[in-house]
Amino acid sequence: MALDPEHLQYPNRTYGMDHDRYEWSMLSDRRPVQWPGSAKLAVWVNVSLQFYPLNQEGKPFAVPGGMTMPYPDLRHYSLRDYGNRVGIYRFLNAFDQYGIRPSFAISTELAERAPYLLQRICEREDELICHGWNMDSLHYGGQPLAEESELVERSITRLRELSGQEISGWISPARNESENTPELLVQNGIRYFCDWVNDDMPYSFHTKSGDLTAMPLSNELEDRFVLMNNLHSEQSWLEQVCDACDFLLQEAESSGGRILALNIHPWVLGQPHRIARLEQALAYISSCAGVWNAPAGEILQHWMAQQGG
Amino acid sequence: MKSDPGFYDYWPYEKRPNIQWPGGARLAFWVAPNIEFYELDPPANPQRKAWPQPYPALPGYGIRDYGNRVGHVRQMEVLDRYGIRGSISLSTALCDHHPEIIAQCAQRDWEFFSHGIYNTRYTYGMSEEQEKEMILDSLSSIKKHTGQHCAGYLAPALSHSENTLDLFAEAGSELAGDEAGFYTCDLFHDDQPTPIRLRSGKRFVSIPYSLEMNDTIAYVVNKVEPRRYGQMLRDNFDRLYAEGAQSGTVMCIPTHNYQVSCPHRLKAFEEALEYITGHSDVWVTTGREIASHFLDTQYDTALANIASKQGAC
Repeated sequence: MALDPEHLQYPNRTYGMDHDRYEWSMLSDRRPVQWPGSAKLAVWVNVSLQFYPLNQEGKPFAVPGGMTMPYPDLRHYSLRDYGNRVGIYRFLNAFDQYGIRPSFAISTELAERAPYLLQRICEREDELICHGWNMDSLHYGGQPLAEESELVERSITRLRELSGQEISGWISPARNESENTPELLVQNGIRYFCDWVNDDMPYSFHTKSGDLTAMPLSNELEDRFVLMNNLHSEQSWLEQVCDACDFLLQEAESSGGRILALNIHPWVLGQPHRIARLEQALAYISSCAGVWNAPAGEILQHWMAQQGG
Repeated sequence: MKSDPGFYDYWPYEKRPNIQWPGGARLAFWVAPNIEFYELDPPANPQRKAWPQPYPALPGYGIRDYGNRVGHVRQMEVLDRYGIRGSISLSTALCDHHPEIIAQCAQRDWEFFSHGIYNTRYTYGMSEEQEKEMILDSLSSIKKHTGQHCAGYLAPALSHSENTLDLFAEAGSELAGDEAGFYTCDLFHDDQPTPIRLRSGKRFVSIPYSLEMNDTIAYVVNKVEPRRYGQMLRDNFDRLYAEGAQSGTVMCIPTHNYQVSCPHRLKAFEEALEYITGHSDVWVTTGREIASHFLDTQYDTALANIASKQGAC
């Protein structure tokens, strides 16, 4: 019994990363960033507005949050739809109450299906991020290039047509990518994406078609991950957000501006028994001195002016 | 395959010889940060997949990279504040990839022990020669990059063969005699150090490295809320500290810079460290120092006591 010799060969065992997508860089070694108004912490709230098709194919895997029962899985289909019909309007009220300017990552198919919702967001002049075609249109390793190329192009172009917005940000469904996704995004005019979550600050990500910026939209603190994956209580989610806010504000005292990124879903926190926890989180964050709230594109613009290129 | 690995005999947690820690401490406390390198595209082990998704598996790779880019320094600063020297469970390829981290830890006189070369290269399916080569490589890397003789082992991703502990002890002897390869963190059968039986007869111990207090087990497997994790650490300490009044105990917190160092989890960890190190009779130490002290002062007594307990009471 033995493994193939390649298992004891280490061709990438050299300085830096084991790939060429980005440079190895410790956060503590980077130049400090200054946010507007001498703020310490940029708070970025991202709302994921998602369409989960009833006839889910699950290729190459069933998306987390998607259908789990035999067709027709009405319970999960309608409970996700609940977020876009009901929960989101609770979110909007909460944002208005605390003066939060979020970004909205939307499945392009949802933008097509719910023109009222799209118009409501566009009238608020909030930033839209393309969140792929729908939650069952995954980008994945081994996906034929032509198929993915068409999917990316259709998702971004159609969202631009529907919204009239530039659309410079991207989040893949399930944050899953193929080896070609970053190139395809650049080729379609995307400037930043939120799939690679390996930092608390933006960084440059290389593609054969030019650089993207990776924006640090935390997975570990998102409502779906904490409540649905980890099965933590609503109160614990609130505590985790407050603890993260406190910590990052403190770190920013000596290290320069930091980002607190909250990815939230109206089908999760928009429920009647959870919405108060979101309101309390926003109230806490808003009450802290040194906090600047802005959507992703605006945070990126300030970061680029100081650290880009 | 065996029904029992044969490393140790039954040894009841009562009427054992008293363990005396330096300075009369009740409890030896050590923190073991796992500093790991996971490959984005490792060769596929026939028995265990590195990542759930096809290449590129961003989610798992990304958060682990986060640990090295962002989390490491945060954890190090917290340990500094409480006078704790880490005992690093090291993916030794990290010496090549991220020497900055190695330098920071070496400067603080932290201990480095072997956690294999990459945490995406599993022992499963290796021949004895291959596993020996991998272990020797990891020990040599630690010596080359830090000057330390590696004393301890935690198999990469806790992937073992029947020979793992033997091979590690022998590799240590080959490189530095009794100065290297004399303790393991791979076994979870006790709250005190225990002698381990090896084919070479080398004096070798298992040091408690708690699976239950491990942040990844707590957060990922058991899905514990951060503040509850902090409470678990304090409860674990309270009981071991109380029992340590009779005979010295060991408490270990195994950590990962991608778990405990996330902004929403550091507070709970730091409060637990403040609590633990705020007690007077705690020996804040390293894995190597615990193992050496036990081997020097308790090992022979323990062996005799274990032998005396093999019949009915």
